[in-house]
Amino acid sequence: MTQGIEREATSEIVREFGAKPELLVQILQAIVTRHGWIPEDTIRQLAFELNLSRADVYGVVNYYHDFRTEAPGKHIVKICQAEACQAMGSRALTEHARESLGAGMHETSDGVTLEPVYCLGNCACAPAVMIDNKTHGRVDASRFDSLVTGLRESG
Amino acid sequence: MAATKIYVPRETSAVSVGADEVAVAIAREAKQTGASIELIRNGSWGASWLEPLVEVEVDGARIAYGNISAAEVPGLFAAGLLDGSEHERRLGSIMEVAYLIRQDRWTFWRCGLTDPLSLEDFGVHQGWKALEKAFADGPKAILEAVTASGLRGRGGAGFPTGIKWQTVADTEADQKYIACNADEGDSGTFSDRLLMEGDPLGLIESMAIAGFAVGASKGYIYLRSEYPLTHRILTRALELARRGRWLGENIQGSGFDFDIELHLGAGSYVCGEETAMLESLEGKKGIVRYKPPLPAHEGLFGKPTVVNNVVTLASVPNIVNLGGERYAGMGVNRSKGTLAFQLAGNIQRGGLVEKAFGVTVRELIDDYGGGTASGRPVKAVQIGGPLGAYLPAEQLDTPLDYEAFIEIGAMIGHGGIVVFDDTADMAQQARFAMEFCAIESCGKCTPCRIGSTRGVEVIDKMIAGDGRDENYDLLVELCDTMEDASLCAMGGMTPYPVRSILKHFAEDFASSGGKQ
Repeated sequence: MTQGIEREATSEIVREFGAKPELLVQILQAIVTRHGWIPEDTIRQLAFELNLSRADVYGVVNYYHDFRTEAPGKHIVKICQAEACQAMGSRALTEHARESLGAGMHETSDGVTLEPVYCLGNCACAPAVMIDNKTHGRVDASRFDSLVTGLRESG
Repeated sequence: MAATKIYVPRETSAVSVGADEVAVAIAREAKQTGASIELIRNGSWGASWLEPLVEVEVDGARIAYGNISAAEVPGLFAAGLLDGSEHERRLGSIMEVAYLIRQDRWTFWRCGLTDPLSLEDFGVHQGWKALEKAFADGPKAILEAVTASGLRGRGGAGFPTGIKWQTVADTEADQKYIACNADEGDSGTFSDRLLMEGDPLGLIESMAIAGFAVGASKGYIYLRSEYPLTHRILTRALELARRGRWLGENIQGSGFDFDIELHLGAGSYVCGEETAMLESLEGKKGIVRYKPPLPAHEGLFGKPTVVNNVVTLASVPNIVNLGGERYAGMGVNRSKGTLAFQLAGNIQRGGLVEKAFGVTVRELIDDYGGGTASGRPVKAVQIGGPLGAYLPAEQLDTPLDYEAFIEIGAMIGHGGIVVFDDTADMAQQARFAMEFCAIESCGKCTPCRIGSTRGVEVIDKMIAGDGRDENYDLLVELCDTMEDASLCAMGGMTPYPVRSILKHFAEDFASSGGKQ
């Protein structure tokens, strides 16, 4: 289930960024974009290849919300929890999503991971939801259901 | 006969409500009906409530149709879209849409008008003119114009841009940097995003002007990762600018070298604070630095750095073209020029409104925004993001002026205006302010790291009716400590929304629906 990332795939990303330690955040972002998360082994490998301590890399991974250390589901559904969306019912939408997906925040069910996000910059078309890096606006419960239809493995 | 030009925005909000599907449907319908069209993916005008907004060019005028869905496209074609014919969705010429024409578009004037990824279109609309003028007039003239304009940082702090630039220009160093803060994390704000998606080449030109004025050869854009479409548009715009030789060595034979690196954030709100952003740009945890030294003296990699918000930078080309005095002629008191206000949350006509300072909150919400989306009365308006105060209805006549806001214990910040109707539970909003601080605190200073968690606990007790009066006093004391002793605005200003709720909506603690 929680297979790591091929060493060569990580090395390739490190090379793309010229193995520069000051680009660690960018390297981690590229790894998450392509593989979804940062496994423990990858932290060790990055420390070695960038000539940083494991604590340095771990500290950065641990600091930023984007850098998951557990493998997410095949699809990631983020619901905005910030004020503009709250004013348009995001709390109720979040409750609906929990029930509809059968997963709480940071949990995965049927291949779909539910996560909070604090502002997608779509505040004039609230509430906003991001599914696999695409932002959707004016999302009510029924629109949410139609957006997530087909994402679940057991369909 | 020339192809008919049809515009469909490629901007996040428009796309989030179906603009891509509308564009596909238009292309398909044109093919099926044998119509000759040129489909242009423009930036958004910022009237987000009208998205997806389709425009068709007829006899030199751009006729707008609002809130178009892909399913409506065949009907629109049949009704004579290409001739700008009548239709229930027809708004008339885009230049007649009241929401837009009553604005003071200084910084956002190209947004919506142009194809953001066309060097040619950019050139036709005064692109690079200000940079060329800068090359001709020299750095001193640019610094003078920016200082004369009275422009202040639009990221939230409102520091005078001219002084910042002059400081970096006066600091000797082998390397200086321009760091553009595009980590627009405040809820209710999206002006940076609209600018970057609608006029990315304008931002690139602005950064080059800043670099030329202060003697910096390298720029960075620190873009939040929540904006993936913006990232694609900026990446492409940077390629175009390099190809056109507007970035790189010896730009247009001027002898000036300047290039820009685009960095992504990783979901940390504090990285919008300038020193945390610099740490993140250096590949580290986004932890706030002590000041001094100021970034203008020792910034990125220890070198003198101009850290400016997107909108601040993008205000500069017109200051160069039209003169600082002209910009300073708009606005009120020490709040000169315009601010791109953003109407968000429970509002009928949400979107961007660039207006001269001095307009009141009520004018923006009622005249532009059309009141709440729900049709219910306004209960509270949060201005300036999660660290901004909630204004009750009786404070809505406050003019938008940095100093007038300080007087009422509020702040304008990045200009986000989030409206709540009378169903809002303000005790929950106070709780959220503390909770958000607990989630996002960088952890360096104790008042912010620990105070925010204690704040959530105290508010929970108040909501539960557990010693409400003692806990009220405790919460006020906690707010004092956080405000006085935190290192940056995260912990230092989280008390603003909390205090405003204690002051104006204290009764909600008794009636709150409980922990949500």
